[in-house]
Amino acid sequence: MENLVNIFVKSIFIDNMVFAYFLGMCSYLAVSKTVKTSVGLGFAVIFVLGITVPVDYLLHNFVLREGALEWLSPKFATVDLSFLSFIMFIAIIASMVQLVEMIVEKFAPALYSSLGIFLPLIAVNCAILGGSLFMQERDYNSIAEATSFGLGSGLGFFLAIVGIAAIREKIRYSDIPAPLRGLGITFIITGLMGLAFMSFMGIKL
Amino acid sequence: MKFIRKQLDNIKPTFEKGGKLAPFRSLFDAIETLFFVPNKTSQSGVHIHDSNDSKRSMIIVVLAMIPALLFGMWNTGNQHFLSINETVTLWPAFWYGFFQVLPIIIVSYGVGLGLEIVFAQLRGHEVKEGFFVSGMLIPLIMPVNTPLWMVAVATAFAVIIGVEAFGGAGMNILNPALTARAFLFFAYPSHMSGDAVWIAEKADGFSGATPLADAAAGNVGNLPSVSDMFFGFIPGSIGETSTLAILIGAAILLYTGIGSWKIMFSGVVGGLTMGFILNAFGGNALMEIPAWQHLLMGGFAFGLVFMATDPVSAAQTSKGKYIYGFLIGIFAILIRVLNPAYPEGMMLAILLLNVFAPLIDHYVVQGNIKRRLKRVKA
Repeated sequence: MENLVNIFVKSIFIDNMVFAYFLGMCSYLAVSKTVKTSVGLGFAVIFVLGITVPVDYLLHNFVLREGALEWLSPKFATVDLSFLSFIMFIAIIASMVQLVEMIVEKFAPALYSSLGIFLPLIAVNCAILGGSLFMQERDYNSIAEATSFGLGSGLGFFLAIVGIAAIREKIRYSDIPAPLRGLGITFIITGLMGLAFMSFMGIKL
Repeated sequence: MKFIRKQLDNIKPTFEKGGKLAPFRSLFDAIETLFFVPNKTSQSGVHIHDSNDSKRSMIIVVLAMIPALLFGMWNTGNQHFLSINETVTLWPAFWYGFFQVLPIIIVSYGVGLGLEIVFAQLRGHEVKEGFFVSGMLIPLIMPVNTPLWMVAVATAFAVIIGVEAFGGAGMNILNPALTARAFLFFAYPSHMSGDAVWIAEKADGFSGATPLADAAAGNVGNLPSVSDMFFGFIPGSIGETSTLAILIGAAILLYTGIGSWKIMFSGVVGGLTMGFILNAFGGNALMEIPAWQHLLMGGFAFGLVFMATDPVSAAQTSKGKYIYGFLIGIFAILIRVLNPAYPEGMMLAILLLNVFAPLIDHYVVQGNIKRRLKRVKA
């Protein structure tokens, strides 16, 4: 139990997808103009990461990993399908995103139209694939650990995008030098936020 | 005064549009408003007239920092003479510290105001008052041994990236002084922490670790007495050591209403809460330091009084201020105790909450809107 909480907290703050690995930048920069839409996208990312990471965990451990197919027959003990992991992970992610898209379109049409192209683009959001690949690399021991990592990473992304959206709303009337308006200042803000998030680097849980 | 007025009026035309020195108009403007309250009044609408302007409130913050500064100067000398094993007397110690600290102040003000004036010229706005405070804060939160060029680089970074990129003072999202400090902390870590940087011209072999660093290393037995920590006879950044001097500053800020008591109060509550929680868990030496002692150590008091209350980067709504202050207290102690890499958590906690202050405000405002709509409907 304690282990799960550790992984969860660690993936929110210490290994934050945005500020520690700079993953998922495209939607982070593009959909952070208002807090409302960024909350929508944040929840979508939490949902997708929370489902794809455990599903990919099962896939990795029971199909793809070297020797993973042993449960079918001892003959397969040497089969290594891990070269398929990228394409399989992406397939899972794309189908989950399709699901989210259908749900959002049905229940929150306003959010659907304001997210626009960025909702289907979650499928190629590097934070999502990154989540599955980190899961593979870090060798989590159980599906519960993978789930808490997925949800934590999603929450970390959520915090980052909502935080920057609030800042961008606040500086809307600031007298920013013309060349920096728009994305320029957003990059600078991201850097400064990363500076603040460095407070968590090195915490050993 | 009349003489100054006359002189200023005499040279004023050369600075106006078309005059010979027109490019330096904002510099002239800054000097003029330094001596005289501008007599411009608004042309339209209803305005409340108050003699308090941002220049005056900034000067009061600087005044509130003077006790911490003077004590810091003396303590710089005090620590130096202690480390070389000489007896400490009042004035030599003070003068020694004075000549150690003064260059840092001059560099910080020189670089900062210089850049401010350059940007004011380039962008056609006035020289803003914000840097009065930041220029004094930066020296106070540096270790005394910081090389001057580092102070200059950090100040330039804070002013250009932290403030001017956002459109000048009042529009920044992070506290500029803390931006400078954090920049140095991550860019030149060996000059910002450790045992060697806190005491000027320290003799080798004398341990110059701050109480926090000592505690983080597990030497809780080495902790100075509570009264030493309260009065500030300990190594540390120049202005942060004496809780007493900071409290005098806090009293000035609270009496004049410039610092927000909500932030200070909830910050202390947050720090104590986290302290008690960690005390309850125990586990290692740092966790077992009594919660209230955390308030005396390191930069907690200084950060809470002078930097968390920065009106620009703090939360703006009154409910938001309680949340903001409380979370600063929580995170400061949390980072301090749990993160072995950084014995000092206050700086990073304030920066972190600076980042999230707009979000807190956003939800407080949304909450108000929702509540009022409900009342209208009922």
